[in-house]
Amino acid sequence: MNKIMEDLDVTVAKIKPEERHILLCGGVPCLSVGCQKVKEAISRELSEHNLAEKVQVLEAGCIGNCKLGPTVIVYPEGIIYRRISEENAREIIEEHIIGGKLLEHLLHKDEKTEQAQHRREDMPFYSKQKRLVLRNCGVISTDIDSYMSNQGYAALAKALTELKPENVIEEVIRSGLRGRGGGGFPTGRKWQAAKDAEGSKKYIICNGDEGDPGAFMDRSIMEGDPHSVLEGLILAGYAVGAEQGFIYVRAEYPLAVRRLEAAIAEARKACFLGKNILKKGFNFDVEIRVGAGAFVCGEETALISSVEGTRGDPNPRPPFPVHKGVWGYPTVINNVETLANIPPIVLNGGDWFNAIGTENSKGTKVFALAGKVRHAGLIEVSMGTTLREVIFDIAGGVPNDKEFKAAQTGGPSGGCLSAEHLDLPLDYESLRAVGSIIGSGGLIVMDEDTCMVDVARYFSGFNREESCGKCTSCRIGTKRMLEVLEKITSGNGDEEDLEKLESLAKLIISSSLCGLGRSAPNPVLSTLKHFREEYMAHIKEKRCPAGVCPELTRHFILEDKCRSCGLCTKVCAEGAIIKEGKNYRINPDKCVDCTRCVQECPFKAIKGRKRKELARA
Amino acid sequence: MKRTVIKDKENYHELDNVLAKYKGKEGVLIKALQEAQEIYGYLSRDVLVHIAYELEVPLSEIYSVVSFYSLFKTEPSGKCHVEVCSGTACYVKGLKNILDYFEDELSLKPGEMTKDRKFSLSTVNCVGACSAAPVIKIGDELFGDITNQSLKQILEKHGHE
Repeated sequence: MNKIMEDLDVTVAKIKPEERHILLCGGVPCLSVGCQKVKEAISRELSEHNLAEKVQVLEAGCIGNCKLGPTVIVYPEGIIYRRISEENAREIIEEHIIGGKLLEHLLHKDEKTEQAQHRREDMPFYSKQKRLVLRNCGVISTDIDSYMSNQGYAALAKALTELKPENVIEEVIRSGLRGRGGGGFPTGRKWQAAKDAEGSKKYIICNGDEGDPGAFMDRSIMEGDPHSVLEGLILAGYAVGAEQGFIYVRAEYPLAVRRLEAAIAEARKACFLGKNILKKGFNFDVEIRVGAGAFVCGEETALISSVEGTRGDPNPRPPFPVHKGVWGYPTVINNVETLANIPPIVLNGGDWFNAIGTENSKGTKVFALAGKVRHAGLIEVSMGTTLREVIFDIAGGVPNDKEFKAAQTGGPSGGCLSAEHLDLPLDYESLRAVGSIIGSGGLIVMDEDTCMVDVARYFSGFNREESCGKCTSCRIGTKRMLEVLEKITSGNGDEEDLEKLESLAKLIISSSLCGLGRSAPNPVLSTLKHFREEYMAHIKEKRCPAGVCPELTRHFILEDKCRSCGLCTKVCAEGAIIKEGKNYRINPDKCVDCTRCVQECPFKAIKGRKRKELARA
Repeated sequence: MKRTVIKDKENYHELDNVLAKYKGKEGVLIKALQEAQEIYGYLSRDVLVHIAYELEVPLSEIYSVVSFYSLFKTEPSGKCHVEVCSGTACYVKGLKNILDYFEDELSLKPGEMTKDRKFSLSTVNCVGACSAAPVIKIGDELFGDITNQSLKQILEKHGHE
């Protein structure tokens, strides 16, 4: 195997880890806060100091801790500097690279202990993770040389020289790997079925149509480590006997498309793609298909329609795609993260992977953390890690001294977990048992200022919008559900509406064709189950406890926080705040929701919707 | 098939180069439409008729695809087209406030364009930059952690007085 790698005409490892170089996070969130300008500034400073030859500047995929962006890592020490601006480029070059001095003020400091964290290992954000899929994300650059210097394509070389296709499938079955796109179907069994299926041609599709709002794992993997996805895809092709693969990427991810295109070109040049791969007689090629903005295309039969170039309408199963897929040929559809798991499984063996995780959920899971959480970003943990560990230990908890209220998993097909589920292990079965799913891995944290009825309304609106319209129950049912929820959030709901929601949900689940319809009511059902009292507050008291629903929101003063300073009465232009004995009260008939008082109150004692203020947590 | 709407064949020179690549191939309609939209910014009826004629696909089928996918636009957009991410994280962190701002400052609702055709606004499905929520997108450029102030600056840079 090593001989094959040596024979190849590829210069392995342009950069050794022990050499001095600067790595920049080039993930989308960092791009949105100006990392390209920082990169240009650093390169400019390097050439001004005649160091451009000696110190390379590389762009990596998402480093993960997005709230610290733009992030720069200086190697070989591995020092992480956070929130770098163009102005910091000069000091990094002059003081750190030339002077060898640590720039204390650019280091991240722990929120509680105020202690500076120099390297990845010092940050709980990283030290508590287990990174298999993200092994290269934010660690190396995205080019093929860097990938190969980190065992890249070694699994492919091993498979082609030492393993028969059926051995590859055996290893994957033994690993216990299950689909990471949400379904959780055993990957090895899917491959076996496609291998056994009859067809003159077979296809592999990598499903990168990550449509769940709030999920960005697949995007980060495709951008940060495109070669691992590609290697997984080639291995899948080898295992099931396919010669053509497709990578279906959402149109919303232009950077992922560019990085994958570059990776495919590099792999072709290095003889990992095309005819007679590694001179072992195996042919395989890959084509990228860019989506056009339809959530339903993440569903496999709809995805097949879309790859064929038509409307993304789902079709009944069976026949399953492994028997009759693209243009009627057997087709395996695997999620991006699933495929990125394949190279290490082939390289280290199925047993190695099987030892990680819980009894029925093996390996790790990548989560995209977002919402009201201190360190939003990309993380990877062993299956079975608890929600509490993820949200509080790794991500630093809820910012601004607010209460944790809910975590939404699985996007519009998933549900909301409440505080009582914090010690629930994150795996396929445990989440299903409480009415949610692990889904593709989006995890959105919500605090006391989020209204759960409004969240249910948001997802119902999303599902109504994205329903393809083929099944009546999904097309009309999601619309009716949305109407009922709108009735409740506007203050016109009554108790019967909750029963109506439940019976509609049952109907939609039982009579829809595809996964979209069958899971569309989940966000409503799970909030009804875990946050019923909030629905009741909207219906009975005509009050939105989180202060979100505009028709139900009045500003009010929290008595326990109010120190009776009287400042609010002075700033209120409408004279709506009245003193009653020692306490203050807001007269709802006079209040115009201008939020002046909310902003001015030094004790944060006034609550209500901040209509005109853009929330920046 | 006979064409009824032909305005000026010269206009389609660039498009014809694209279509030549795809003629007679399977499963290429979406790709062809995407590239056509890249050229013209949106898909007018004339362009769609031309594609139907060149690729020998019924116009009804082309419309069924165009109307299905949210990315295809059949109306032109403003000089500066702002897309507001409507993903869950952006929703939780202040999507409504961004839309309010556009309504207050430019009297613009999603799907509309200002009278001077300078700005148009739409919401898009999650762009996957959730950790920087709320996010807006102008062309290929993403802007994260949007506040009233940063939004004002961005719009001023794009010509809003």
